[in-house]
Amino acid sequence: MLVLGIESSCDETGVALYDSEHGLVAHHLHTQMAMHAEYGGVVPELASRDHIRRVIPLTEACLAEVGLRLADIDAIAYTQGPGLGGALLVGTSVANALAFGLGIPVIAVHHLEGHLLSPLLATPRPDFPFLALLVSGGHTQLMAVHGVGQYQVLGETLDDAAGEAFDKTAKLLGLDYPGGPTLSRLAESGDPARFTLPRPMLNSADLDMSFSGLKTAVLTLVRQQEAQQHGTLDEQTRKDICRAFQEAIVEVLVKKSLKALKQTGMKRLVVAGGVGANRQLRAALDQAAARRKFEVFYPPLALCTDNGAMIAFAGAMRLKFAEPAAGFSVKPRWDLASLPAV
Amino acid sequence: MDSYDTSQSHLPDEAATLALAGRFARALSPGLVIHLHGDLGAGKTTFTRGLLAGLGWHGKVKSPTYTLVESYPLAPFTLHHFDLYRFADPEEWEEAGFREYFGQETVCLVEWPDKAQGLLPPADLILALEVAEQGRHYRFTALTEAGKTCLTRHSTQTAADC
Repeated sequence: MLVLGIESSCDETGVALYDSEHGLVAHHLHTQMAMHAEYGGVVPELASRDHIRRVIPLTEACLAEVGLRLADIDAIAYTQGPGLGGALLVGTSVANALAFGLGIPVIAVHHLEGHLLSPLLATPRPDFPFLALLVSGGHTQLMAVHGVGQYQVLGETLDDAAGEAFDKTAKLLGLDYPGGPTLSRLAESGDPARFTLPRPMLNSADLDMSFSGLKTAVLTLVRQQEAQQHGTLDEQTRKDICRAFQEAIVEVLVKKSLKALKQTGMKRLVVAGGVGANRQLRAALDQAAARRKFEVFYPPLALCTDNGAMIAFAGAMRLKFAEPAAGFSVKPRWDLASLPAV
Repeated sequence: MDSYDTSQSHLPDEAATLALAGRFARALSPGLVIHLHGDLGAGKTTFTRGLLAGLGWHGKVKSPTYTLVESYPLAPFTLHHFDLYRFADPEEWEEAGFREYFGQETVCLVEWPDKAQGLLPPADLILALEVAEQGRHYRFTALTEAGKTCLTRHSTQTAADC
């Protein structure tokens, strides 16, 4: 079965083809960040209009790349939610209209399920059950995954997502938005011993996290250093602050993941979402895994951010829920725990 | 009774921001539009969290930076908490369809209102939070009759509590 996957929940348009026998066939992504890069990395626009412009050319590009035609597609999976209503509506309408025209079924996919299952697109692929650490700009959650559609949230951020903390701290340090990846790069040559920032909720009994207070801590540190250095931060101080910040985030994420593994007795940890690409986080988790004897899995780097491949794949996992394209709706808010098990 | 156009003071720490917000919650009435000014880390979302706690909301209060809006159905009204930080162009306000969130049955709090300048429904009240040497400074400014009524109610309640 050849499944076309369409993702348009936020500011990236992703389209992919997944074959249930041959795996991922093609995937194309349009990120509005890249579009703006030449103008100095402006905030990505969230306009649904941009998804409208991109989705059909991306679909054509996927098909052309592997010499297939629309008529070869057996089913269409699309992100029905959660996300921005207008953005979701684009992928949802295109998926349903195409499927109606082709007389093939559609599969509504939950965006986070796409992320959760994306490590299954890599080799080696983890077996169920596993613990999932989902860390991105919009989400930070620890989840027990017993099978496709069997998800239990064990803990999550009470305020800012980890990726959001990265981007906002980068802004406080004068880096261009979204500056998370730049911050990580600077942190690599920063001194981890020079500054220490608080680790909110590090030792709380539960698996919840909080990252909003880190902004204030960084702000205070920046002002203090600026005062000492007569108004401007020198390059090394900026790097050292980046490092201190990254140390704090990584320690919280690692410690909470270890606690969750212990509580659930699970031996496999799957890391998904954009922050899952962070090198220091990966190094710390790999180290902990070697010490504590558990396995850790990451999706391929290209699939860490929002993409169509994970939607096509999740759709292929949910083929039994495929239905004829008829009336459609989007679910800007959608509880992951409400999904039916496969 | 005097009517208040502004109210300002100092907030030594996060607990003080939450306490102010909890008191201010009692002065709210449906239909109000409140703009929140302040830099990153000034406490805009913290204030909103305190406000929601004061209104009896026990669930999580997540930052709306990535979702752009978080909505809270409460008994007296629905509170919409917007964050326009990620807007590059005010036109995105229209494209997102947020206008319909405003009305006589809702209270709307808007962080980074400048990002949709000229298109946002006008504010009844502005709360400006500013990072100070220690803690934060805050200043409420009422811009409409509804805003003045709210601020007057808040100020007289606060005085009565002392």
